[in-house]
Amino acid sequence: MALEVDIEKRAGGFQLRTAFSCGEEFLGILGASGCGKSMTLKCIAGIEKPDRGRIVLDGRVLFDSEQGIDLPVQKRRVGYLFQNYALFPNMTVRQNILCGLHYEKDRRKKEEEADRVLELLQLKELETLRPSSLSGGQAQRAALGRILVNRPDLLMLDEPFSALDTHLRLKLQMDLKTLLSGYGKGILMVTHNRDEAFRMCERIGIMSRGRMLTVKKTKELFADPGSREAAVITGCKNIARARKTGEYEVFVPEWNVRLTTGKAVRDDLEAVGIRAHYFHPGTPRNAYPVTFVREMEEPFEWVSEFRYEGQDPASPAVWWRYSKEKRPARLPERLGISPANILLLYPES
Amino acid sequence: MDWFPLFNSLRIAAISCVIVFFSGIFAAYYAAKLPRVLKGILDVVLTLPMVLPPTVCGYFLLLLFGTRRPLGKFLMQFGVRFVMNWYGGVAAAVLVSFPLMYRTARGAFESFDQNLAWSGQTLGLSNIWIFWHVRMSACRQGILAGAVLSFARALGEYGATSMLIGYTPGRTATVSTTVYQLWRTNDERGALFWVLVNLGISAVVLLTVNLMEERQKAG
Repeated sequence: MALEVDIEKRAGGFQLRTAFSCGEEFLGILGASGCGKSMTLKCIAGIEKPDRGRIVLDGRVLFDSEQGIDLPVQKRRVGYLFQNYALFPNMTVRQNILCGLHYEKDRRKKEEEADRVLELLQLKELETLRPSSLSGGQAQRAALGRILVNRPDLLMLDEPFSALDTHLRLKLQMDLKTLLSGYGKGILMVTHNRDEAFRMCERIGIMSRGRMLTVKKTKELFADPGSREAAVITGCKNIARARKTGEYEVFVPEWNVRLTTGKAVRDDLEAVGIRAHYFHPGTPRNAYPVTFVREMEEPFEWVSEFRYEGQDPASPAVWWRYSKEKRPARLPERLGISPANILLLYPES
Repeated sequence: MDWFPLFNSLRIAAISCVIVFFSGIFAAYYAAKLPRVLKGILDVVLTLPMVLPPTVCGYFLLLLFGTRRPLGKFLMQFGVRFVMNWYGGVAAAVLVSFPLMYRTARGAFESFDQNLAWSGQTLGLSNIWIFWHVRMSACRQGILAGAVLSFARALGEYGATSMLIGYTPGRTATVSTTVYQLWRTNDERGALFWVLVNLGISAVVLLTVNLMEERQKAG
């Protein structure tokens, strides 16, 4: 394993307690703002000091409270791409990149390497500009270039796309993914955007209130988040308390429906989750009569709110989201769900 | 024509400006890192000379450097006497102009984006390199403005200076003490001359500050 983290830190009323590892892979940490994601990165980089714990990178101990080891930031060899890219404002793009090459004493090699990275990241024409005249995407490339020439053992990206205009994000995500494929080192990305995490990461850890709830392969995580909180963070819109009534059957009191599940249900079931996309008028499985409350149009989809027949009036309506192409002439009277699409949610261990 | 007061004033202001430049930056940098309560107390102490009457500052300086006070006596053993000597004027100028440098530098440091320093550290750049090449460079305009203001303040210092070093022509006379002395002895023309010198210098200084602020706005 490239990186192993097991740390605790108290800051004000907030407590961070997290343990995970990251190999030569693209690992995402997904969580709402203020959940401790950035604090975790800062602890790994050495900017913040954990109260207790251990951080090991490629066998090098960066931090160990028991052995009293706390390497200074400069010795950790951890690349950190800040949310605002943190390019030095008084230097040109080229000078910024040369800052990442300070370890190279041979002047000629230094300039060659700078040229190579400027070419690679298509920054050659911009090399004499200062950061204030760069666009968000260009600044991101320059900051990334400065880190790449520095050859860190781990690359950390803190909300790398949040400072960019929405219409640029997708392209830059594609660019970054291409650039970093086969990078050969661990990459740790922090984000609050589940789509971004899904597109970029091979594995994702869900973080909430200072804890890492679960770390799974991306697709497995979205198919089975495991707990109510993880389901919410992965964007599941419909979550309701439920109890086990059979090996493959649960009862949801708020909705007043009995659902057949794809997976065997454990006794300690807490709730079920159903993603808004997974309701289907044509599915006979788990199909129950519904009444539509209201709806809203999006560019390519419709979002509807409905209630089950006999649904507890105090409980929130259920969301259904479907492609416009599939919009029926009349809204359906029944909606079904494939058993495999029912998320079984358990208390956090 | 005796140009000594101008020479003496410029010498006092220049030396005190250098001292205040470094000590003000140093104090501002470390004050920003202190816990809140301690920072508040230090802030009051360091800024007091700006709002106190200069004569009160002069009084404190005499308490410290007076020839019958412990520190004054101690320094006398080495032939150093701040009272009635031109370099006493430096001490007075440092005391009253320090808060200007400290406050402007602190303001500049507080608006500094800490991510810049952190990103430098993660790249392996030393803290000293980051301080001089990144932090000071990003805060350049504010710090220069502070230095110019404290230079101007030192140049115009009267109250504490006259209490500590008095007025001896050719030895401790500065532009501002000379204006007062000439006026007092009915030499109106002489006083007016030094007033004009003083006006000229102050105007140049303020113009410099304004130009720098404009450049800062222009980025």
